[in-house]
Amino acid sequence: MNWTWFHRFASPPHMYRLARRLTPWFAWPAAVLIVVALYGGLVLAPPDYQQGEGFRMIYVHAPTAWMSLMVYTTMAFAAAVGLIWRMKVAHAAAAACAPIGASFTFAALVTGSLYGEPMWGTWWEWDPRLTSELILFFLYLGYMGLRGAIEDTQRADRTSAVLAVVGVVNVPIIHYSVTWWNSLHQAPSVMRLGKPTLSGAMLWPLLAMLLAFTLLFVALLLVRLRAEILARERNASWLREELAA
Amino acid sequence: MAELPHSALAAAGGLEAGSGDAQGTTVLAAARLVLQRDLTLAFRRRGQLIQPLAFFAIVTMLFPLAISPELARLREVAAGVLWVAALLASLLALEFLFRDDAYDGTLEQYALSGQPLTGLMFAKTAAHWLLTGLPLALIAPLAALSLGAPPAAIPGILASLAVGTVALSLIGSIGAALTLGIRRSGVLLALLTLPLSLPVLIFGARASELAIRGESIVAPLELLGALAVLGVTLAPLASAAAVRISLE
Repeated sequence: MNWTWFHRFASPPHMYRLARRLTPWFAWPAAVLIVVALYGGLVLAPPDYQQGEGFRMIYVHAPTAWMSLMVYTTMAFAAAVGLIWRMKVAHAAAAACAPIGASFTFAALVTGSLYGEPMWGTWWEWDPRLTSELILFFLYLGYMGLRGAIEDTQRADRTSAVLAVVGVVNVPIIHYSVTWWNSLHQAPSVMRLGKPTLSGAMLWPLLAMLLAFTLLFVALLLVRLRAEILARERNASWLREELAA
Repeated sequence: MAELPHSALAAAGGLEAGSGDAQGTTVLAAARLVLQRDLTLAFRRRGQLIQPLAFFAIVTMLFPLAISPELARLREVAAGVLWVAALLASLLALEFLFRDDAYDGTLEQYALSGQPLTGLMFAKTAAHWLLTGLPLALIAPLAALSLGAPPAAIPGILASLAVGTVALSLIGSIGAALTLGIRRSGVLLALLTLPLSLPVLIFGARASELAIRGESIVAPLELLGALAVLGVTLAPLASAAAVRISLE
């Protein structure tokens, strides 16, 4: 099998140019799709018969919560690739993922809290999904803290990659133990949300927003990856020529 | 690096004293030597052994003062208090796990010894559990009694802490290995280790709570055991990888 296409991803100049070329292809569709999905969700979708207008929070909340997990998986995958094949660009991508993922997690927590107040009458409920989300936020903080504490870039890359991989093994265990922990307590009576079966007019803006946020993540990742490569290769000659051109 | 030869010799001497040449030594024999060495060193500095236990006792004492001296109220939170205190005490003890050995070059000698580092890390973690986890489990019933737990709960609390601290030591060994060589790593170590330790806290506190109520603790104890077994299989691999990276 021919692996040259794979090896090209390991080259910082190649990835730098590729990221610059690809960014608008993700950023513009993301922007358009966010506007469309917001219009669909806030204007076109009918109000929920049970939750009223408040349910519209789901159009921001559910996609951010979904992204918080997807970004972690992407980060851990990039870290594992970096660890196994010693690819610097993969480490740079993992480093670029962390702040984006932490932001999505934070947004999911804040919107969840805003969503919870009108729905359950409380800003915070020790519900398994909320609790796992909070733990995920701390995992991101730990990852970024470890990366920031080590000065040597290569050591920071490899050490934090081990942490990201350990986290992937542990995240499902944490998730199920938290669910198990909560099911032992009395079932929260305020919260009988479950999985709402959405009608078509309500569902398509949600799916569109999910796609929009995924595109947004890729666009942000490409921008941050370029910034990471710039910082890491600041003394490289190709970069000097690149910037002079 | 100037003082390295001396300490490296000392470390190598410790390994070779009982084994002859390193070539013919099996992993088990090497691991046993590491375990012996760590235990011997720890018993030469008994003061350090007492510290996590004293910390555990003080944290437990804070709750009656902060909440209420009524035993009926304390009994309700006793399991949670015990486990939070045990988690914090084992976290405190983690700092000693690799620090001295990283400082004097012993870890470097282990990595160069030709023995699988995973086995040696397992031995070090086992020694750490014998020195902190097991003593914590042994004094926890005393703390539980002072919080109003019935004497019948003692075997259950002892068992849950004995099994749970195995998992805590193993998870902690990953965090300790990752933060090697970072100055003032205490807070970071907590930030890394505590989220990963939550399952142990959940099942452990649940087991202790059931024991205090006089119910069967088998289900959460089995889950704690499963976590400990998973830790035994995977944690030494991760901490060995982290130690190797820190030596690069």
